[in-house]
Amino acid sequence: MDIHEYQAKEILAEYGVPIPIGGLAYSPEQASYRAREIGGDRWVVKAQIHSGGRGEAGGVRICATEHEIQEAAAQMLGRRLVTRQTGARGKLVGRLYVEAATDIAQEIYLAIVLDRATERVMLIASSEGGMEIEQIAAEEPDSLLRIGIDPAAGLLEFQARELAFGLGLDSRLVNKMARILMGAYRAFRDLDATMVEINPLVITGGGDLVALDAKMSFDDNALFRRPRISELRDRSQEDPRESAAADRGLSYVGLDGDIGCMINGAGLAMATMDMIKLAGGAPANFLDIGGGASPERVLKAFRVVLGDDKVKAMLVNIFAGINRCDWVAEGVVQAFRTLEIKIPVVVRLSGANVAEGRRIIETSGLPIIAADTLAEAAEKAVAALARAKAA
Amino acid sequence: MAILLDETTRVIVQGISGRIGRFHADQMIAYRTNVVGGVTPGRGGETVLDRPVFNTVKGAVAETGAEATLVFVPPPFAADAIMEAADAGIRLAVCVTDGIPAQDMMRVKRYLRRYKAEQRMTLIGPNCAGVISPGRAMMGIMPDHIYAQGRIGIVGRSGTLGYEAASQLKALGLGVSTSVGIGGDPINGSSHRDMLELFEDDPETDAVLMIGEIGGPQEAEAAAYWKAQMKKPLVACVAGLSAPKGRKMGHAGAIISAFGESAQEKVDMLTEAGVTIAPNPSLMGETVARVMRGMAAA
Repeated sequence: MDIHEYQAKEILAEYGVPIPIGGLAYSPEQASYRAREIGGDRWVVKAQIHSGGRGEAGGVRICATEHEIQEAAAQMLGRRLVTRQTGARGKLVGRLYVEAATDIAQEIYLAIVLDRATERVMLIASSEGGMEIEQIAAEEPDSLLRIGIDPAAGLLEFQARELAFGLGLDSRLVNKMARILMGAYRAFRDLDATMVEINPLVITGGGDLVALDAKMSFDDNALFRRPRISELRDRSQEDPRESAAADRGLSYVGLDGDIGCMINGAGLAMATMDMIKLAGGAPANFLDIGGGASPERVLKAFRVVLGDDKVKAMLVNIFAGINRCDWVAEGVVQAFRTLEIKIPVVVRLSGANVAEGRRIIETSGLPIIAADTLAEAAEKAVAALARAKAA
Repeated sequence: MAILLDETTRVIVQGISGRIGRFHADQMIAYRTNVVGGVTPGRGGETVLDRPVFNTVKGAVAETGAEATLVFVPPPFAADAIMEAADAGIRLAVCVTDGIPAQDMMRVKRYLRRYKAEQRMTLIGPNCAGVISPGRAMMGIMPDHIYAQGRIGIVGRSGTLGYEAASQLKALGLGVSTSVGIGGDPINGSSHRDMLELFEDDPETDAVLMIGEIGGPQEAEAAAYWKAQMKKPLVACVAGLSAPKGRKMGHAGAIISAFGESAQEKVDMLTEAGVTIAPNPSLMGETVARVMRGMAAA
């Protein structure tokens, strides 16, 4: 789960990370009120969306007057901001964060992530922070400093100091930097984060350290014990198809094709999508129905897939282990009877209780297209789609 | 003995009193797996499926000599259950539970390293279908009838794609020595490479089918191991060639996984190492069959 910049900053500030003075605004009037409240003569208006790359997309504006602030706010609010991380639809700007502008002398990159290779939390830092960090990482990977953290010991102070010295910081700043690193790590650990990114962490003209931007993501599997983080969920930043599926306990990712998919298991789902592509089609979604798929759950999944009006054909591929083919078949039949399905539906059942499942489909009298193998299912779905389009 | 598990392995089920634990314990017994008991804290002294239930794993090990455990414990408690098994001297734990927090798994991996390599528990999973040595024993949730007994080893992250592979092999008259689902979580107990090492040393396995998917470094690690140390033929399939790039926020994801995480990059690395690639997921069985015919002719 992702959260907004201002939320990440509030959390990090509680853990001792210095942030600029700022406030939230939902309207141009509130934005200029925030600026008066903050004081000073230069402010930054920042669109709050769950994405990086906001600056180059026009979502961050430096303003010198209240009039400029109102203008910037009016331009951003209510619009969809498209960055290189959002996809073509962009993300809705529903709130702004107004901050005192910071005098930047140097930008540092800082991230805490889960490293799958070492199975540890890893601290990554670079003395060249800012927008070009991915390029730096690709071209000079050795210029990044990395520190692996032992889960039993946590981040140790000497490690934090080593990193600070490694970044070439003035010795006056080393202890401040170490406190920031320790705080950010504690936030990561205490709140079951999967990522904390501070980019840039700046050294100001006055020689202070300040987190100018911050992002945090959290482990969905741990939200049961982090109610405070769950409350920060902003549905306006999610694909509505994905929100609807998540509310029904289904793992769904919206894509751009026209063949709706309902599959059990992420690996089989990806394999089925690969086969659809190979047969000349394009999947409209990834949907893993998971284990324990009751007829009701299958019906819910049908609603989610068919809720996307791009879907012109559907492929159900279930290889049942912990699932039961007969339950899935009953769910498919119920979906047909309840939802007035007008598009072709291909169903491939295999595994536990397969004979009973196939019998339910065959004797239903419904126009369900049955398939025996993975390749056949994909080919039949693509062919049925072509026929439906021609008709 | 195939790998990990055979008909002599004494197995307990942690969470045997739950609906799902009981159902699958029953299936395992029907497959003639040597299930000797179960563990559910607070239910010690009861019996489930004619097997004794214990309060602790230590108690179960002391009374039954259990060597292996199948963990069917809900996500908030699963990591603790795995560590309890390691502490009780269990040799093999298979964890089916889906949804364990990543930091809990980090703690589990760190905890397992407290033990010397030769005494360390092997953990398969979590979020996996389990382990089956066809015709001998199974620990997990797989539909057993799709596996024929034979000499091909299977290791895969995905449970259901592993089923797909086994049924393709069976349709071509090929059987399986052991099939292992290592699970789809970012941090899991055993890697592809760990299983390849076991299959390489197993006299009852002739060739291995490895089923990978996008994300993580484990296929690259397996490619390097196969090239340097493995003599048995390896066929690999990587799912997710058509998957779009992940839409993660921020730069950190791109930096940490600068290379080798996409399906195509994995296929390229495996090809370069000389591993035989199944060109698509519906040809896993045929590709293995072709390699086996090549071996027979040689």
